Amino acid sequence: MRFYEYEAKRLLKKQLIGVPVHQLVRTVEETREAASQIGFPVVLKAQVLSGGRMKAGGVKFAACVDEVVEAAPNILKLKIKGKTPVGILVEPKCVVQQEYYLGVTYDAAAKLPIVIFSDLGGIDIEEASERNPERVAKSHISALLPFYDFQAKQLVNSVGITGRDLNSLTQIFSRLVRTFLDYDLTLAEINPLAKLSDGSFVALDAHVEMEDVAITRHSQTLSELGISRRYEATDLTQFEKRAAEMFSGKGWVAGTMVDFGGPMALLTTGGGTSLVIFDSVRKQGGNPANFCDTGGNFGVDKVYQMTKLLLEKPGVEKIAVITCVFSVARVDLIVRGVIKALLEKAYSPAEKIAVFRVPGAWEEEGFRILRKYNVNFLDRSYTIDDAVREAIRRME
Amino acid sequence: MSILVDETTKVIIQGITGREAVAVTRNCMDYGTKIVGGVTPGKRGSDVYGIPVCDCVRDITKEHEVDASVILVPARFAKDAAFEAIDNGISIINIITEGIPRRDTAEILEFARHHGAKIIGPNSMGIISPGKTKLGPIGGPAQDTNKTFIPGPVGVISRSGGFTAELSHTLTHGGLGQSTAISMGGDPIVGSTFVDLLLLFEADPETKAVVIFGEPGGNLEAELASWVLRGTRLPIVAFIGGRFVEEMPGVSFGHAGSIVHGSSDTVSRKIALLYEAGVIVAEEVSQIPTLVKEAIKGV
Repeated sequence: MRFYEYEAKRLLKKQLIGVPVHQLVRTVEETREAASQIGFPVVLKAQVLSGGRMKAGGVKFAACVDEVVEAAPNILKLKIKGKTPVGILVEPKCVVQQEYYLGVTYDAAAKLPIVIFSDLGGIDIEEASERNPERVAKSHISALLPFYDFQAKQLVNSVGITGRDLNSLTQIFSRLVRTFLDYDLTLAEINPLAKLSDGSFVALDAHVEMEDVAITRHSQTLSELGISRRYEATDLTQFEKRAAEMFSGKGWVAGTMVDFGGPMALLTTGGGTSLVIFDSVRKQGGNPANFCDTGGNFGVDKVYQMTKLLLEKPGVEKIAVITCVFSVARVDLIVRGVIKALLEKAYSPAEKIAVFRVPGAWEEEGFRILRKYNVNFLDRSYTIDDAVREAIRRME
Repeated sequence: MSILVDETTKVIIQGITGREAVAVTRNCMDYGTKIVGGVTPGKRGSDVYGIPVCDCVRDITKEHEVDASVILVPARFAKDAAFEAIDNGISIINIITEGIPRRDTAEILEFARHHGAKIIGPNSMGIISPGKTKLGPIGGPAQDTNKTFIPGPVGVISRSGGFTAELSHTLTHGGLGQSTAISMGGDPIVGSTFVDLLLLFEADPETKAVVIFGEPGGNLEAELASWVLRGTRLPIVAFIGGRFVEEMPGVSFGHAGSIVHGSSDTVSRKIALLYEAGVIVAEEVSQIPTLVKEAIKGV
């Protein structure tokens, strides 16, 4: 789960990392009040879960009330990469001497956390670091041993920093790394960390992501910080929201539901297989309406509920049920779930199912039921691409 | 031959009394897997299809030589279970459990490295050396497993559990058997990467080619590409899912590892890197058997 900037700053502050004075506001009036309280000049920052905010016009400086009143309405309704801001973060405009980049994440190839430090902080860190690799220090760290201050010191020092700054940055970096490890973060990034004219350091912006499956381990901290659980880092459609609610309400392992615009509903399973099936549909010119991946551990009821949800979308003409060869689930249970949903809605399974290609355990029993309802099914001698081709043909 | 596991491998199942684990135990036994014991703390004295259940891994390792453990415990107990297996000297650990936080996984992998143990997974569907043995749910019941997997010269490595079976079935259907098929796990960090497993396949004289399935997200395909550039005797055929996901930045398709950031870990970048390294990239799954046959002939 990605944190909004204001949420990330609450976490950093709790971990004794300096952040600017800030207020989260949701209306123009609140923005004006907050700006007057904080004192001009101020910076107004859209609270949105996407990168490229500065370049999209989501960050504006204001030297007086008039400028706030002019900028705030635009920021509040600005869509950045399809996402609407939840509010504006108001902060004093800082006079910055130097900007730094501090980051921690995982490196899958090394199978270890990796820490990154640079004195080239700011929005163009990627390009800057490519031009000046000697000013970006990276190091893998242990996930088993505690993180020691000297490791941060060595990293900061290796880009040529000494004096009081070395000691201040060592402290801040160590705190960030420990925050990453202690709170199951998958990304902890301060960019930029600013050195102000009085010599103090503050995190001007931060990007924090917490592992979804670890959120329950930190519910106490999150509730103290006023951070609530979100399901997706995107604006969900009505269909996707209902799917998410259904999964969590039933205590089911979450599958993925995604909304598109076409006439063909797709019921499939498993992350990797879903990708391949979706690729095949697009490649062969199919037009999905929506898409549902069952997730793990499903029985008749889950498949039945999902099928109903898929069919409720206006414009859906047929449903295609296509999966890989199953290891765990029983084919007959999927068949029963789908047929049950169709019959309940008084659809003819033969008519409504574009194609059914689900090989695996209990497939003979599944095929028997499908035959009974005259459903167009393909056995394992047909590939996923064959099944998709057949589904598209049936849509025409 | 095969890699990691064969008909002599002695296996234990941690979390053996769980609903899924009971089914896995039955299906593996029917397939011929040598299961020497199971562990569920507090359930000593019971049994699962005649396999004795113990409180501790130690209780089994005292009596038997144990080569491998299959971990099927809930996510919150998985780290401890893996540490217990490693500490008791088990050298191959297949973690089936999904939903283990990366922090826990990273600790397990580091501990395993210190003890020379190999981890497959987490979030793996299992490992199978067809005709010899299988670990985990892969293939399902024995008769279904036999429809999907047959012995032969092709190694299979997949980030997707479902696609481990689909790829193997496609090969089988095209007349090509598998030496070992491995569901390496769909998580962002896994114990054995493409490169780790290819090193084993390269040392197995009976493996003549390897088929891999990759996904968006992460740097494992890029790591594979640079490894191939250094030279390998094995032809590698790759199929990468998620080409069209790039149309939709921000959409997550289930596996945490394939959350699309729209950066250098994209499918098109991966395909380009693999192609430049000399990996044969399949456009469609159905082409794979032909591509493998041509590649084996060409060696």
